[in-house]
Amino acid sequence: MSKQPAPWTIDRQIASVLGEGHRVLAELLEKLEAEGWSPRDIFGLRLALEEAVVNAIKHGNCLDASKKVRVVCRSTPDKIWIEVSDEGSGFDPEAVPDCTDDEHLDVPNGRGIMLMRNFMNRVEYNDRGNVVTMEKLRDASS
Amino acid sequence: MAGHRRLQLNEVGDVSVVRFVDRKILDEANIQELGQELFQLIEEDDRKNLLLNFSSVEFLSSAALGKLITLDKKVKAHNGKLKLSNIRPEIYEVFAITKLNKLFDIKDDEADALASF
Repeated sequence: MSKQPAPWTIDRQIASVLGEGHRVLAELLEKLEAEGWSPRDIFGLRLALEEAVVNAIKHGNCLDASKKVRVVCRSTPDKIWIEVSDEGSGFDPEAVPDCTDDEHLDVPNGRGIMLMRNFMNRVEYNDRGNVVTMEKLRDASS
Repeated sequence: MAGHRRLQLNEVGDVSVVRFVDRKILDEANIQELGQELFQLIEEDDRKNLLLNFSSVEFLSSAALGKLITLDKKVKAHNGKLKLSNIRPEIYEVFAITKLNKLFDIKDDEADALASF
């Protein structure tokens, strides 16, 4: 990434139907690939956005197709900034059990947020818990 | 035995070797279907030993991990063995972050995995 890429923004609203996030994901991936992000970073960004959108559709808006999920991806010279918001009542991310504890290791759910936190440099929820903001720094892993 | 849309199945001795049709296991509907096909191998076809070969898989989400955990429980309940192989580094990292590399028996390749049953 020797040449500094031009800033861009993707701002989309999608219905709360599983699979609806794929177009936004495809749009983001196209831009990341064009800017020469590493395969590992692209994998992580894709995973983080996928998990955030599925959480918003499934747990936030409870698959109510009349409710919307808003996805904003913004590129700046030093990072990618992503915000995913839903119309749900929110949740407390601190209350999600640690799925890596031995007693929770075989529980099928609850790994999405942990993956988001590992592949992104910053993951934060608003107080209500219905908006997640994530950042990934350019060249952070190289 | 019902047909499989999301899996390719190959019998090696008493081990059922499963490969995945989808390169990206992330669509919720596909994951549901994939889960049903995997569970069917144990619960309806009465197979004991499963090897999941991930060589074709480029991406998977946490929903897919959930299905694998449920499958592991079903295999153990049927006194069988579940092993995973040919996981590419990015996906192995997903297993390592979530410490599922401790829950699953993961081998480098299919030959190693088959020899370990």
